[in-house]
Amino acid sequence: MPPLSWGGTFQFGRYHMLSYAIRRLLGAIPTLFFIVTAAFFMMRVAPGGPFDQERALEATVLANLNATFGLDQPLWRQYLIYLGNLAQGDMGPSFVYRDLKVHEILAIGLPVSMKLGGMALALAMVVGSALGSVAALRQNSAVDYGVIAIATFGITIPNFVVAPVLLLVFALYFDFFPAGGLTQWQSYILPVIALALPQIAVVARLIRGAMIEALRSDHVRTARAYGLPTRMIVIKHALRAACLPAISYMGPAAAALLTGSIVIEQIFGIPGIGRYFVQGALNRDYTLVMGTVIVVALFVVVFNLIVDLLYAVLDPRVRYD
Amino acid sequence: MTQPVLEIDDIRVTFDTADGDVNAVRGVSMHVMPGETVAVVGESGSGKSQIMMAAMGLLAGNGAATGAVRYRGTDLLTLPARKLNDLRGAKITMIFQEPMTSLDPLYRIGEQLAEPLRVHGGLSVKAAMARALELLELVQIPNPEAKLRAYPHEMSGGQRQRVMIAMALANDPDLLIADEPTTALDVTIQAEILQLLADLQARLGMSILFITHDLTIVEAFADRVYVMRQGLLEEEGTAQAIFGNPQTDYTKMLLAAEPDGVKLPVAADAPVLLQGDDVRVTFGKAAGWFSKDTTLRAVDGISLSLRKGQTIGVVGESGSGKSTLGRALLQLLPAEGRVVYQGEQIGGLDRAGMRRYRDQLQMVFQDPYGSLSPRMTVGEIVAEGLSVHEPELSRAERDARVMQALDDVGLEPSFRNRFPHEFSGGQRQRVAIARAVILRPDVIVLDEPTSALDRSVQKQVIDLLRRIQVEYGLSYIFISHDLAVVRALSDYVMVMKEGVVVEEGPTAQIFGAPQMEYTRALMRAAFNLKSLLLEKAG
Repeated sequence: MPPLSWGGTFQFGRYHMLSYAIRRLLGAIPTLFFIVTAAFFMMRVAPGGPFDQERALEATVLANLNATFGLDQPLWRQYLIYLGNLAQGDMGPSFVYRDLKVHEILAIGLPVSMKLGGMALALAMVVGSALGSVAALRQNSAVDYGVIAIATFGITIPNFVVAPVLLLVFALYFDFFPAGGLTQWQSYILPVIALALPQIAVVARLIRGAMIEALRSDHVRTARAYGLPTRMIVIKHALRAACLPAISYMGPAAAALLTGSIVIEQIFGIPGIGRYFVQGALNRDYTLVMGTVIVVALFVVVFNLIVDLLYAVLDPRVRYD
Repeated sequence: MTQPVLEIDDIRVTFDTADGDVNAVRGVSMHVMPGETVAVVGESGSGKSQIMMAAMGLLAGNGAATGAVRYRGTDLLTLPARKLNDLRGAKITMIFQEPMTSLDPLYRIGEQLAEPLRVHGGLSVKAAMARALELLELVQIPNPEAKLRAYPHEMSGGQRQRVMIAMALANDPDLLIADEPTTALDVTIQAEILQLLADLQARLGMSILFITHDLTIVEAFADRVYVMRQGLLEEEGTAQAIFGNPQTDYTKMLLAAEPDGVKLPVAADAPVLLQGDDVRVTFGKAAGWFSKDTTLRAVDGISLSLRKGQTIGVVGESGSGKSTLGRALLQLLPAEGRVVYQGEQIGGLDRAGMRRYRDQLQMVFQDPYGSLSPRMTVGEIVAEGLSVHEPELSRAERDARVMQALDDVGLEPSFRNRFPHEFSGGQRQRVAIARAVILRPDVIVLDEPTSALDRSVQKQVIDLLRRIQVEYGLSYIFISHDLAVVRALSDYVMVMKEGVVVEEGPTAQIFGAPQMEYTRALMRAAFNLKSLLLEKAG
């Protein structure tokens, strides 16, 4: 009797998975190219420029600045130069934060945002799945209605309301947590909760719906007919199938969470990347906007790939083709 | 006197629904002795399955049961969940109607077989796997070691049902409840599964409680039979008594449910309406840079000509390509080859090109639940084709045609204001037929139109199809895996296997003197189940 290990099929499967992942990433290059091109020209179509200020600069100063940053060149040439630099990994200098290059700004802010977003993502997955499962197991009970109410609340109340309220209550009134900055581990708690709350709500609703369906499925009936303990039925046979829709949702959600939230970062005074998204656009900081667009696009591509691979790991019927 | 293994005492099952309480089972008592095979027979809605669901604690959330279900004296209905879990899956086991969905698609067969062994028998992973392998050998699955590592979707329906049987036998049960275990399977597979169950019972000695809607398959199989109807026991007795001397009309009807009658061939010079020449359908795609060749020739070069008034029966097991052929002829999926309708080439026409032929070439599908839009009234469903093909009709004319069509298929014209969910399966299939005949078509492709229906209802639908064929001079292509129905309705038969026709000819010839071994095997499984089982047992 052969050992029931990941046998030959898995080797085969892994080879397929790798080739599939490589194909998908190669397939993303045209997409990214299109996004870069569209973002580049749309940004230039928008009125105004990086050096427009309340009081217009002197013409010679402006001309000098434009010449320094290459903005006096024809647009097509600027585009080609940008693409050429980008191909070498250079996203150029920021037009507004003049002593910093775009990749330096990203290098400072992105890890902070990713850490915060990653924690919020994990929290949303764990708490959302638990709430959704409990609600599904007690369908149409007080517990179920309670979870639905909380979830609806979490989705409808925007985080620019939730965050200040959390701050006021838990940081200022009770003084449980620090009010701002990221000086100690306690500093993460409130922003992570504020960031995760709407995601918890969505995940809970998705898991609840999928779980109710899974609990009614024929194979769960089989498991019950064979006297398996409830815990085993729920976790092994129902939850694994019920996770799938939540995982599809989490791909794009992860990309959004990990690239920072301007609201949360402003309210809690966190030096993340989120604020640069908005400020860069308002300042017409062309290179910074392009940099952030590329980062977001990359995250979306990568997380969608991760979702598809996870799907295949969780559901053997999914094949890589 | 020995004690029964299972004793059901005045069980009642009630469902709390939006329309008030539904009494699915209204006081039924029955028992099963050790080593006995008992069949519970009844049409859909008779409550036969719900008794077993109640006994096993598997009723839907809105269901409740009263009475008693005693396993060796212990009442299962009042047993706490933990105690019940010690019995179900160990002493009482179950196999279900849906082999395709009863196994968890996300886990390997070995792991699923091992679960009840580990939970009930306390076996280690290794010991459970070894036992799982023995069980797969016991149920005669080819290549059992590889199957341990297979996922359910990699196996056929018959193989999955064997896995379910293996799971049911895992802990040496006293009682195996088989709820329509062969209904979803082809006839040849059905015969194999029944043989296997009979054989295993002889070797292992457990009792079997066999639930089915098809009385005819239990003759060779059951010691005693309970016949149920609308939540009550209609008749009970030994198999010999029930089959030899049925007492109630209902039982007689179930026994006589085999469709009868024959269709006479059309004149040899009847005009050819629809002709297919070397029709081919290929699914999947050829090998590419990174992918394997996944092509499947579902229909592989089939030619046929359908004459006016003729019915061509297309039979074959699931996966033989018979439904695909029907769709290909009506250009409902991309196909190669020539298809000529009344002298005009329609093969390869696109949707717009086909539109002017659609009223003359109609189709009726198998699933009377899925093929009618739930948000349209029956009147709207039936009239829909008219508004496309005869837009010049006034409202009143259209309404008159709808009433006529409903009348043609034996439905009350007043039903046209109701929605599909208010109708039974048989009535819905009549609606689907009305939707086809209202356009006065020349040809109707009937894709398993009776397969989802109870035998008694099936008979009515067959009579209906026969009547409107004569009335409107229709030609049918009748696709079915059910040989009895095909024999009753068609005058010409094509037997399909793996995309090709293995044998064809006039019905009397094919059924009277089949030439190919495959056809003979189909016939034996369909018509001589009893002798087949006895021969195997004997």
